Amino acid sequence: MSIFRKAGFVGVALLASVGTANAAGELNLYNWGNYTNPDLIKKFEKEFDVKVTVTDYDSNSTALAKVKAGGHGFDMVVPSANYVKIFISEGLVEKSRPDQMANFKHVAPEWNNPSWDPGRMYSVPWQWGTVGMVVDTEVYNGDINTSSLVFDPPPELQGKINMAPEMNDVLALAILYHGGELCTTDKTVLKKVRDTLVAAKVHWLSMDYGLVEKMPRGDFAAASYWNGAGFRARLAKPSINFGYPKEGYLLWMDSLMVLKDAKNMENAKLFQNFVMHPENAGLISSFARYANGITGSEAYMPADMATAREIIIPDEFKAAGHFLPACSKEANDIYTAIWTELTK
Amino acid sequence: MASDQLRKGEVRRNWLLSTPALIILLSAASGPLLVVLVYSFLTPGEYGGVVWQFSWDAWISVIFERDIFDDTISIADAHLTILWRSVSLSLMTTVVTFILGFPTAYFIATRPPQNRNLWLFLITIPFWTNLLIRTFAVLEVIRNEGVINTALIAMGIIETPIQILYTDTAIMIGMTYVYLPLMVLPIYASMERLNFNLVEAAYDLYATRLKVLWRVIVPLVKPGIVAGSILVFVPSLGTFVTPRVLGGGKKLMLSNLIELQFGSGRNWPLGAALSITLLAMVMVALIIYIRTTQRDQATSK
Amino acid sequence: MTALFGKRKKFSLRHQPGFTSIAMACFVLLYAPIIILVIYSFNEGRYIAVWEGFSLQWYIAAWNNEAVIDATLRSLLLAFLAALISTVVATMAAIGTTRTSPYRGLTSIHTLINQPLIVPEIVTGVALLIVFAAVKVATGFQGFFYLVLAHAAFCIPFAYLPIRARLEGMDKTLETAAADLYASRWMTFRRITLPLLWPGILAGAMLAFVISLDNVVITEFVKSAGQETLPTYMLGQLRRVITPEINAISTVLLLISLLVVSLYFIVTRKRT
Repeated sequence: MSIFRKAGFVGVALLASVGTANAAGELNLYNWGNYTNPDLIKKFEKEFDVKVTVTDYDSNSTALAKVKAGGHGFDMVVPSANYVKIFISEGLVEKSRPDQMANFKHVAPEWNNPSWDPGRMYSVPWQWGTVGMVVDTEVYNGDINTSSLVFDPPPELQGKINMAPEMNDVLALAILYHGGELCTTDKTVLKKVRDTLVAAKVHWLSMDYGLVEKMPRGDFAAASYWNGAGFRARLAKPSINFGYPKEGYLLWMDSLMVLKDAKNMENAKLFQNFVMHPENAGLISSFARYANGITGSEAYMPADMATAREIIIPDEFKAAGHFLPACSKEANDIYTAIWTELTK
Repeated sequence: MASDQLRKGEVRRNWLLSTPALIILLSAASGPLLVVLVYSFLTPGEYGGVVWQFSWDAWISVIFERDIFDDTISIADAHLTILWRSVSLSLMTTVVTFILGFPTAYFIATRPPQNRNLWLFLITIPFWTNLLIRTFAVLEVIRNEGVINTALIAMGIIETPIQILYTDTAIMIGMTYVYLPLMVLPIYASMERLNFNLVEAAYDLYATRLKVLWRVIVPLVKPGIVAGSILVFVPSLGTFVTPRVLGGGKKLMLSNLIELQFGSGRNWPLGAALSITLLAMVMVALIIYIRTTQRDQATSK
Repeated sequence: MTALFGKRKKFSLRHQPGFTSIAMACFVLLYAPIIILVIYSFNEGRYIAVWEGFSLQWYIAAWNNEAVIDATLRSLLLAFLAALISTVVATMAAIGTTRTSPYRGLTSIHTLINQPLIVPEIVTGVALLIVFAAVKVATGFQGFFYLVLAHAAFCIPFAYLPIRARLEGMDKTLETAAADLYASRWMTFRRITLPLLWPGILAGAMLAFVISLDNVVITEFVKSAGQETLPTYMLGQLRRVITPEINAISTVLLLISLLVVSLYFIVTRKRT
């Protein structure tokens, strides 16, 4: 028992030492996993003498749930566009006015007034990208700029397709494929969507993450997936290419915001400004390999990103990109029902 | 009178012994579950969470579903399919881990006493690595360009790779891999106490090996078998990583279904109701299981 | 070989046909993927997929990756504390609920103890998020304590079941004899019950440790700022890329566990 008692004391001492309230000179960032460049953090820590912690989440809904519940200790969060609106409307974020910060002038014109945060009063662009068709051209070398690859696959691809298991993305893609409006509750369109999905599923091999590990090894030959992963897959296997569905594809953007109950408000605002500088935005992009919304950052990014088809959207497809809005509960319930039926 | 006092003292002592465990459990496991129960009777919030308004909707949705397009009400076939899938997978995993784990536990228990702990540790060491990594390691073995297929092709046994990955077999392999020590350890704990004099007596009475196994050894280690089965069956009901990584994620498991409600589905009350239903069903099954095996033990004594 | 496997008898009453082969097969199957993992941690290439030559770069990268080191250490500490607390508490509970004639509330205690096994982690996670968050907001205390408490809680059934199984197989004659010899209850426990129970306690502790080390979902919901554990770190990576640094970390963890085993082995050898 004496060993147990000794260990118990050590444990208590450790517990006591680890449980502290936030001290001055700190910043607690809550971000997607594997999405924050450690060099960026070190640079910020040095420049402003602030200790930064980065805690990960793997989905917007987890982040929302944790922030809403309170007592989390975070100062900043980086949700996707549709959730930025939700965070704002639920009163969870601080109106930090990035549009009045020194580095705001670097924000690219197409990103400084998005519909989900007009005038950029709350959020600062972190990274953005697309969801498209990642195809191994060795297996299929036809037109890859269409979502019929996954919804009505050609014989070469049948049984070799992977879909990123994102309910909102898959449904949105299918709605666009049938010419509907995103977040629609139109039952005729949705019936077609449901039928297409159920019919297509027969030809899908899997609905999983991990494209970069699996596709170059030939586990599957085509996928509906994020562009950054497609980029990395191509680096591993050059025959892999990226297509923009002409029927409509999804744009996404993650933005950095300050939480209303942040304990380090000033440091958070400093970080928002910091991230809008081209050099730092370049650091962010070179880590996860996605584009950022800051002009002039190309000079600080790896050269292959400047010409990559995955990063720079070809002009002829620009119009087909749509941001996913935050759908109403009514629409979401229907989508969940379709998804459950699809994956039961 | 005196024995009554003794008995009361014993009961009180037993309760006291269980108290620390109960305190921890009530504060960090069962207690918070009451929150879940309460949530199952509320209305879903617009973007997740709940609105404090009473509603039976969640509970109704567990059993009944309204067809999206023609508004007919029917039994929630999706829920039943998913439930059945999870239950059968768990049952199979339990059986397979038992078939593999019983001999393994027996093997360890019959080693010389000073070596047993070594073998025990050897069983658990792979599990010091992370579940995700272990699952990916299994992936490496069974995928089309993986160890098994490459070896078989190199030996000329097959021409094209066998598709093991993303099949139900792959899921079974993965699940067995993950849950094996949970079966081995409790059975071993029981077996280690096995009095081989009883075994020897049985042999002296000209019993065959099989009879000895079935009639003498198994009943004596029954507590371990029961513990092992519970430790495999029940947690495997809540599994979702292994089926998704190895099975391809095309079919929802119970855990995925519940997770969906707390995530993109934005229906916390339904998630809560589904969980309470699951909890209730398993508890009933467990109680029946434990009572039956306890009865067997009582009668066999 | 003989020392490890024991002497072979002509008719071994402990031998059951096929059991040794199955056991050996199990060990091989358990370790095969692990060995592959270790091999790949020395892979030159960035993707776990393709072998590109021997290299230590991932170990160096992991060493320099403060986030992953921090997460790993926290996981180990958390697992140790959770296993310690849950095993002690489970042992006490096992003694209080086994080998006694049924008393009122026994079934309830059983139910409560086994309940963390039954509930899907996502549910416990969400429930704890709500309850703990309220406490954190009210008290302002955000320490490590909540994680330890949550982990200890769900580890209890994993520790309890093997201990209980062991205890049920022990008859009370030795302990009754000790009592007859006027040994105090504590002495009886320490000198007789505990040593006999020890394999069960060890089995339970190891299970609890491993279960805590692996936990993703509950930790994800309970953690506060700066409380990343290795599994939650990896969960975050799942959608992006899983770097071979994780392989390197896993190999290191394996080495540590092997070290612990050898140490334990040496220590117990000395005693006998």
